[in-house]
Amino acid sequence: MSNAAAKKPRPKYLSLSALLFEIRLPVTAWASGLHRISGALLVLPFTAWLLYLLDTALSSEEGYQHVQAYLGRPVAKLALVVFAWALAHHFFAGIRFLLLDLNKGIEIHRARASAFVSIVLGALTALVFAWRIW
Amino acid sequence: MVNRVVTGAHYGLGSWLAQRITAVIIALYALIVVVMFMTGRPMSYPVLRDLFTHGWMRVGTLIFAVSLAWHAWVGVRDILMDYARPESLRLALHVITILLLLGYIGWTVQILWR
Repeated sequence: MSNAAAKKPRPKYLSLSALLFEIRLPVTAWASGLHRISGALLVLPFTAWLLYLLDTALSSEEGYQHVQAYLGRPVAKLALVVFAWALAHHFFAGIRFLLLDLNKGIEIHRARASAFVSIVLGALTALVFAWRIW
Repeated sequence: MVNRVVTGAHYGLGSWLAQRITAVIIALYALIVVVMFMTGRPMSYPVLRDLFTHGWMRVGTLIFAVSLAWHAWVGVRDILMDYARPESLRLALHVITILLLLGYIGWTVQILWR
């Protein structure tokens, strides 16, 4: 028993392509993975970008006009939509994690349902936001 | 290999708890800001400038920024612990992360108290 176990290299690190294409992840894993990705995006680049925008917009009337014109460009709007998704997904999936930590909704069917809901709410928020700014 | 006695220790529990508490602070601030943007006067330079002259807005935003940096530190460290190898690379990324987050706080202070 210990022989067979000793031969396998452990821990086993999975490649990104295996994670994406070979292994069908449960919906709870998607909520968790997207929570990580959205969190990383919020740290960099979005916090730096938003600080730059706030800094410029608050510096003077001209700075404010500059930010307004800049945010009107399609590329900036697209970035804002990605930011809205990252913030919304991190918010909803994060509330789900807080509730799970309080032992709320830890039965598997409810945990799956809430994972699905958090993903959908994040995407919906981004869609509504995109519709509002375009 | 973790080569230490685990019994009675609380490795990471403080960080875990801090991440949850800062999460609530961040969520409340974000909700308040979103509601202010959606229900307040149409945004313009004077409106934005006046908003950030209030003491409560400055202090609230600073508390938010510090909470965010602390929360992000725990989160980024979690990610780096899982993916960043070898440990020399992870250490370098830890240092860069700390400098980045401290830089964010400094920048925020500069914006708030200009």
